Amino acid sequence: MSDVVEKTLTALPSLLSLDSHPGSAKLSSTSKLGNLIRGITELTSKHEEEKLIQHELLAIKEQVSSPNTTMMKELMVRSIYCEMLGYEASFSYIHAIKLAQQGTVLEKRVGYLAVSLFLNESHELLLLLVNTVLKDLQSTNLIEVCMALTVVSQMFPKDMIPAILPLVEEKLNHPKEIIRRKAVLALYKFYLIAPNQVQHIHNKFRKALCDKDPGVMTASLHIYLQMIQENPDAYKDLTPSFVTILKQVVGGKLPMDFNYHTVPAPWLQIQLLRILALLGKNDQSTSEVMYEVLDESLRRAEMNHNITYAILYECVKCIYTIHPKSDLLEKAAKCIGNFVLSPKINLKYLGLKALTYVVQQDPKLALQHQMTIIECLDHPDLIIKRETLELLFRITNAQNVTVIVEKMLEFLCISEDDHTTIDLVGKVAELAEKYPLKYNEWFIETMNTVFSLGGDMMQPDIPNSFLKLLSEGFDSVEEDRKLKLFAVNSYVPLLRGEPGKLPQRFLQVISWVLGEYSHLREDLEPAEVLSLLAKLLDMKNSSSETKSWVLMAMTKLCKGGTDASVTQEVSETYSSSLDTVLRQRAHELQYLSQDPELRARVLPRGSCGNFAFVSEALAAGAAPYKPPHQRQEELDQSKALSLEPYGLSLPISMSSCSITDRQSPTLLSMSSGLSGDTLKLDGVKRVWGREGYLAQREPVEEAAQVEVPSPIQSPGRQGEGDSLHSQTPTQTPTPEPEQEKQQLASSLFVGLASQSSVSLMGKSEPTPQRFRRKAKGQGPGSSFNASEQISSSLISPPSAVDNLLCNNLLDSNNASELAEQTSQLSQRLTTANGTCHTEAELTEPDTKGCNPALRRDNCVVAADPGPHDDPGRLTEVCLDSYLPAELSGLSHSEIAPLCANQSLNLSACHVQKEDSLILVVFIINSSESAIQQMLPAGEMTSHSVAVGQYSLTVKRPAVHVEVVGTVSYQLPAGTSQSLQFSYKVPLTSFIRPFVVSTEEYGTMWLSFSHDTKQNLTLINDNQEPLTATLNALKKKLQLHVVEVIGMEGIVACRLLQDLPCLMHCRVNAGWLAVWLRSPVPDLPDCLIYHCQRALQSL
Amino acid sequence: MRFMLLFSRQGKLRLQKWFTSMSDREKKKIIRDMTTMVLARQPRSCNFMQWKDLKIVYKRYASLYFCLGVESQENELLALEIIHRYVELLDKYFGNVCELDIIFNFEKAYFILDEFLMGGEVQETSKQIVNRSIEASDMLQEVRFTDMHQTLQDDRLE
Repeated sequence: MSDVVEKTLTALPSLLSLDSHPGSAKLSSTSKLGNLIRGITELTSKHEEEKLIQHELLAIKEQVSSPNTTMMKELMVRSIYCEMLGYEASFSYIHAIKLAQQGTVLEKRVGYLAVSLFLNESHELLLLLVNTVLKDLQSTNLIEVCMALTVVSQMFPKDMIPAILPLVEEKLNHPKEIIRRKAVLALYKFYLIAPNQVQHIHNKFRKALCDKDPGVMTASLHIYLQMIQENPDAYKDLTPSFVTILKQVVGGKLPMDFNYHTVPAPWLQIQLLRILALLGKNDQSTSEVMYEVLDESLRRAEMNHNITYAILYECVKCIYTIHPKSDLLEKAAKCIGNFVLSPKINLKYLGLKALTYVVQQDPKLALQHQMTIIECLDHPDLIIKRETLELLFRITNAQNVTVIVEKMLEFLCISEDDHTTIDLVGKVAELAEKYPLKYNEWFIETMNTVFSLGGDMMQPDIPNSFLKLLSEGFDSVEEDRKLKLFAVNSYVPLLRGEPGKLPQRFLQVISWVLGEYSHLREDLEPAEVLSLLAKLLDMKNSSSETKSWVLMAMTKLCKGGTDASVTQEVSETYSSSLDTVLRQRAHELQYLSQDPELRARVLPRGSCGNFAFVSEALAAGAAPYKPPHQRQEELDQSKALSLEPYGLSLPISMSSCSITDRQSPTLLSMSSGLSGDTLKLDGVKRVWGREGYLAQREPVEEAAQVEVPSPIQSPGRQGEGDSLHSQTPTQTPTPEPEQEKQQLASSLFVGLASQSSVSLMGKSEPTPQRFRRKAKGQGPGSSFNASEQISSSLISPPSAVDNLLCNNLLDSNNASELAEQTSQLSQRLTTANGTCHTEAELTEPDTKGCNPALRRDNCVVAADPGPHDDPGRLTEVCLDSYLPAELSGLSHSEIAPLCANQSLNLSACHVQKEDSLILVVFIINSSESAIQQMLPAGEMTSHSVAVGQYSLTVKRPAVHVEVVGTVSYQLPAGTSQSLQFSYKVPLTSFIRPFVVSTEEYGTMWLSFSHDTKQNLTLINDNQEPLTATLNALKKKLQLHVVEVIGMEGIVACRLLQDLPCLMHCRVNAGWLAVWLRSPVPDLPDCLIYHCQRALQSL
Repeated sequence: MRFMLLFSRQGKLRLQKWFTSMSDREKKKIIRDMTTMVLARQPRSCNFMQWKDLKIVYKRYASLYFCLGVESQENELLALEIIHRYVELLDKYFGNVCELDIIFNFEKAYFILDEFLMGGEVQETSKQIVNRSIEASDMLQEVRFTDMHQTLQDDRLE
């Protein structure tokens, strides 16, 4: 068909003069519009055209305002034409609205069209259209209704939506499917521009989804795609329906009308595939429902037409997004292969795009196509090249980073598009900063290129983070010095050359670095640096911002004496500058250069990058820093009108006001929702990343150190065995360019072959450990980070234990064997996954001094059970009966054996009392002899049980609190022995409900400084999810639900004895956004961990 | 979908449709950028381009360029098929469409587009149905529900 069109269109020039074309009946070439168009084509200059159009507009204006013109439609079309040519015809806007209002159906149609072309959503004249739309929506004439719905979906003032919404909703029940379909699409449009306006009609969307007309159903999928994107969990129940629909579509069950070039409803298919991808993401059971239909879709879509390729592409994306299934992945990979290898350039492009999407999960796929990728890198079409770089960016690792960055910089040199430049410069900087230390000089050189190429367009955070990196330095002092020195060395020649050509941002970076670090280079006189810097000040194109950077650098450098003349001159020049900042800097320079002592105090060398005062301020309760974008977001939010209804009673709205005063939890939880994918960090192995399945990987550290693997085993293209690497000498010689490419390939795809290096890809990866920057002061919450999870076993030093129970002396017979055993016992405190926090602190209990403090309340001797035949059975005997009477009524944890040797058996449990937590230790003498001199018990006869009761309090919260103790005792022989034990209690055992009123809560909220935010899973059963989730938490963790207001809830609890922790919860996009605050550091972090656990275990 | 532009080989705008609210200045900038970018493309290049955060999908039919601006995560091939179907719809309506048809009857081209796309999404892909509903509004001043229902019923049966 398209051939026919093209043929016809090629014949166009001959038609200009002739009017005998078959379609000419419809050509209104004799009309005034025809004359106008013809007139314009005959003109030769832009000036003439302008004159003609102005004349035309004048004529239209005259006629349009004459009262009973019959030419309105024609006039309007001519105005549209003039506007299209770029001439304003604003006088006709009002007439367009009038025409839509009063004209006949045909005129109305033109009127509406003109309105939709002339005005945009915010134009004030649109208000005049509302009544017309209202009238037409109620018309009995179908065409009028259709027109109204069309114009409504094209542009309609947001705040007028409520006026017509009921009428549009009503149309969902219209007997005519075309009306229903248009109504659904109009609602979709409303949903896009004002989602809260259509929230109440969600169930009507469901009805549209079940509509008997497939067209209406298709239209409703647009809305569903949006809603599922925002909250996939709420629509999981629809998965089987979507799967069934797709099955029917693929199976050709729809009417022929829906076919497009013999392919059944491709748009519908693709929409469904997108929805399925969203639903199946990170959800195995849902994914399993769709495997079959995906397989079917892949099979049915034959490779013969663009539209089937489009479906295949969407299928592949879906397969790689949902929970993986190996045979589907295989088929999808083959499909991508077909795309990439296709001679059709559009398909190749899409293949690259698909590869980029999947390499993070399956880097080997990139390996398979490495030669094609190399070819694409040299493709004459820049778009293809750009897409290839995007792909390479995703597979960058420590070994190929230099080659990839080089390729990117090459591209930057030829690219002229600003947007591309900004984007690429950002990526290069990201890569360079990710792997800086390995190639010191490379890093500085790359950043220099970035600064010169990126110019002043690049994102401002690039120079900032570069300077931060430089100033914070790395673990090795020597490396640190080298890096800084190299930077200085590279900048001096730049300044000696032609600094006028360098972008302002770069000059600012240079002057800062020289100011801070030029002293590292010993052969460089400060005077020379000063004069180089002074030269920058004299340059015409230096911005005043740059100048102030330069002046600050000079202030740091000047020493008085010989340099005095330069600084004197400069400061004199600028101390009268009109720019106040410059004047300020100049004065600073002047004073500080004359007073070296003051200067040393104000600007101590190497002081930069030291932000100790920040952590001090934080500890003192200052609000944490928020990046500008987040602040902006909050600002926007607070500016926007609140559309949610006010609370019912005054106190509620009062309290929510007071919360909002500082930083509304609602707003912040919104922003924390952005990072929603980084949830559930602890205790859970990260299998799923932002984009889908992450391959299992070795620890990062190992990956970074992996040596270049021996020639990469490439599976070869198209399954043939043509090996692609020329690294092996046995290879037959290849032509020169081919060899070059293969060399490039081996340098680009190095490190991809081994599974372990997978981890180096993707943005979300943490920096490899080797390159990790110096750890800053351990602020609250800093140790609660997945990347820092410590999973090695940590050992509690015996010294920590000494003062706990060491006074207890027990006597026993077999001394010598005991000694060895105890030492082993104390060493074996291995950590469970995710509890690193506690143990990490335990390693330095002396300095902290206040980790679980064990307060000995009272020691009670239990009754002697009397002689016992089988000592081994003693522990199995219900120790419950030994629980002190006052505790026996309370619930206690399972009695767990702690440790044992030949004479003693220790077991323990904990009992939760209302205001305390009691640790009960059972000491069982399993030996045949009596034990003497035991302090709590005095003495213990053979096979007896002693019970110690200790009340525990937590002074410094941790996820699990570990109590370590030693039982010392004396053997009858006279040697003292000790037995060490440790017992772990989850923090939750120390949590008690905290009953406060909403007002009290509000006041407390503002006064607490330590906080944390996280998104938790919502429980989605039939009832209200917020209440259900809060109730579950309440039950599991003993929290007190203070109040639930709409979609928000506030909860309070305390850590024994009375350290409060407040929790604000809000339902947001299918997650429960929680924000915890407490005066105690780490308590929010620990509590959120337990909340997560509690919800997961449900 | 953000916008659709039709322009000639000389860069003359023939049709513009904006699916999101945009100021006149933005529109002018986009039109200018699109015409220069698309017209500068070499033959045998792919039909896709990146412009700011948008994906530009274009195709040339004889002397006329069809240019579609879509979100960058959109399926480019599908966008290309949208253009193609629109050309087919024009062809069906005008009967062997040529650029002149679109120049002289651009309002008809808009009506067809409105019937095909609505709110930036594909609304109706069937050539017959689009054509019938355009003709129905062309011919009839007043269409009562029953009449149109009958017409469309007949169509479905064809």
